[in-house]
Amino acid sequence: MSNFLFTPTHEWASVSKDSDGTTIVTMGLTDYALELLTDLVFIDLPTVGDAVTAGEQCGEIESVKAVSGINSPATGEVVEVNEELANSLDPMTSDPFGAGWICKIKVSDEASLSALLDEATYRATCHEEH
Amino acid sequence: MRTPLYENHVRLGAKMVDFAGWDMPVQFSTIIAEHNAVRTAGGLVDVSHMGRLRFEGPGAAEFLSSTLTRRVCDMSLGQVRYSLVTNKQGFVLDDVLLGYYLNDFGQPYYMLVVNAGNHDKIVKWIKAHLTEEIAMAPGKEVIFNDMSSVWAMIAVQGPNSLELLQPLVDVDLKSMRYYRGSQCRFLHPCAQRQGGIVSRTGYTGEDGFEITLGAGIASKFWDVLVEMGKPLGVIPTGLGCRDTLRLEAGMPLYGHELSESINPIEAGLGSACYLDGYDFPGRDALKKIAQEPLTRTRVGLEILGKRPAREGCKLFVNDEEVGYVTSGSPSPTLGKNIAMGYVKTEFAEPDTALTVDIRGNKAEAKVVPLPFYKRAKK
Repeated sequence: MSNFLFTPTHEWASVSKDSDGTTIVTMGLTDYALELLTDLVFIDLPTVGDAVTAGEQCGEIESVKAVSGINSPATGEVVEVNEELANSLDPMTSDPFGAGWICKIKVSDEASLSALLDEATYRATCHEEH
Repeated sequence: MRTPLYENHVRLGAKMVDFAGWDMPVQFSTIIAEHNAVRTAGGLVDVSHMGRLRFEGPGAAEFLSSTLTRRVCDMSLGQVRYSLVTNKQGFVLDDVLLGYYLNDFGQPYYMLVVNAGNHDKIVKWIKAHLTEEIAMAPGKEVIFNDMSSVWAMIAVQGPNSLELLQPLVDVDLKSMRYYRGSQCRFLHPCAQRQGGIVSRTGYTGEDGFEITLGAGIASKFWDVLVEMGKPLGVIPTGLGCRDTLRLEAGMPLYGHELSESINPIEAGLGSACYLDGYDFPGRDALKKIAQEPLTRTRVGLEILGKRPAREGCKLFVNDEEVGYVTSGSPSPTLGKNIAMGYVKTEFAEPDTALTVDIRGNKAEAKVVPLPFYKRAKK
């Protein structure tokens, strides 16, 4: 999990470079978030081409009980979306950091990543919440 | 605030949330698993956060008849009635259950169970109406006591609830009819020879019982129920599934389908109002409302599409706003998205096609009869 970064609102971000050197962030929801939500019923995925801003809502996840916003961990443009999730939300709970990914963002503002937390810091905030 | 079962819930790893000022378990495992357990086997629910108000004395029946929308004077021992409390304008202050029982000394009393969120308001309302003159009227005295923290209450709901509970009480549950109850003794050493109430009531659409017992023995008794429930598939359940269960059963929830801006007639609860008997606050207003055509009506809705509608979503017919959703959720039993809401009465017929605006997304919906779910009669 060394290349995973986190938001205080329970999104994860995995940062990589594509062939022409632009920064790509793959994002999803953390195991802790999914544990809190339980009973997932619906996801409102971002759309390819959406302009997203770090810390602002880019989608919605819905459980039996409630609707929660999904916040973007980076500022940029959505370039790929995990359409599989529209059919089944199971990958999110079974493999939150892998097959349960939500979307990929082409980062336009590298500085927007500086607010992300490393895993130890993130886990500590979860602990405080609990 | 915490119920006498708070520590039990924490020990079982429940997810605790605030509900009307109470630290309550919303779920122990998942809402869907708990929901399904209640429909197929059984669930235990801590409902001690609700208010329990006791009325005694020769004037109790008359006082309650002049406070509640239902008649009380003709209730026989062991009867339970669903009623409303309305204000002078006929709006709903609370929906309540009233039971009529005997205490350990053979004296009759009434127990009024009120919603947790309305407890303070109803106690205030009762105190305002139970003036010293009324309470002390010679030969018609009324003694009112708030027993909410003295007694706890546990709901045992689901098809296996009778099998679980029968060995623990000294009354024959099989012959107890729906909306009946009785004083009872609890047949377990942990109950310390105390008695309580068992009634065949609930808020899930399943067969089930609610027991009222001393706050001091509730924690141990809950543990006994949890242990004895295991082989029967009866599990501790939270308020999360209580909400989805009652929604499937088409039962209104105060703060959603009922409020101080909704009258009982449009809520479909006209049968809980006896307008020709005792005068109670709101009776004259309700008489007038009952004679006028209804402007809006509570309906069941089925949402076509994957996204559930939620409280506050607006309903449209051809771009005309015709109503709003008061409760909405996926239905674990039916596998579709259901909701209740209010629509202009002309659109309340089953199969009426509507559009629901779910946070900017339009979805098709249709009016369906209530309840959504009815258990098969044995």
